[in-house]
Amino acid sequence: MPDAHDVLFRTLADPTRRALFERLCREGEQTVGALTAQSGVSQPAVSKHLGVLRQAGLVRDRHEGRQTHYSAQLGALAPLVDWTSRMAGFWQNRFDDLEDLLKRMDQ
Amino acid sequence: MNTATETRAVIVEREMPHPPEKLWRALTQPYLIEEWLMKNDFKPVVGHSFNLRGEWGGVLDCEVLAVEPNKTLAYTWNFANDDAAFDLKSVVTFTLTPTPKGTHLRMEQSGFRPEQKQAFGGAKHGWQKFFENLESVVGGLS
Repeated sequence: MPDAHDVLFRTLADPTRRALFERLCREGEQTVGALTAQSGVSQPAVSKHLGVLRQAGLVRDRHEGRQTHYSAQLGALAPLVDWTSRMAGFWQNRFDDLEDLLKRMDQ
Repeated sequence: MNTATETRAVIVEREMPHPPEKLWRALTQPYLIEEWLMKNDFKPVVGHSFNLRGEWGGVLDCEVLAVEPNKTLAYTWNFANDDAAFDLKSVVTFTLTPTPKGTHLRMEQSGFRPEQKQAFGGAKHGWQKFFENLESVVGGLS
């Protein structure tokens, strides 16, 4: 089984896929047709990207009649949020120590 | 929203009520670096290879990439691992900008590869300990 980070990084590394995901995050649920209209790529290509996003857990599909609606699943980003938070937390803490040091250097 | 960019770089910024020259000393003098970051054999010379040694026993391999006194400092921040997928290869860049009240310090750590399994080299290789006592700090970041 690939690592969760691995899958998320790889999935979002593609600019077209990332744009689709970002659009779903911004604008909420969309049909494949609506997404295709603004994506600049063909509908089969959009469908393929959505399939990859779905496998990564980043989007969910909902069938209604002949239309498939897609929506973003922000929870899937949790491993990344946690990861960046940790690194940011590390540096915030180091900056705290740096500030303490700078105060001591005054003396 | 720019999710993918955020996952590849970490940026921490803070304004500090001290002149850039003083911050520069803290960023470039080994005994001062040790006070806030880690034990090291740093020299402010481009191409100089050095190590940062964490209290947990981990050793980071670093090389100075850019030195512009009182303005910019950049070095690699690599953590070797036998499993290539767990290797951490990144670049840390400090940028100092004078402000009316002191200095704006910006740290950007970037260069994480998409194929990396975990940018921190994995919990089993020491990073976990490194971050354990930071959980409370992270929790306060909102």
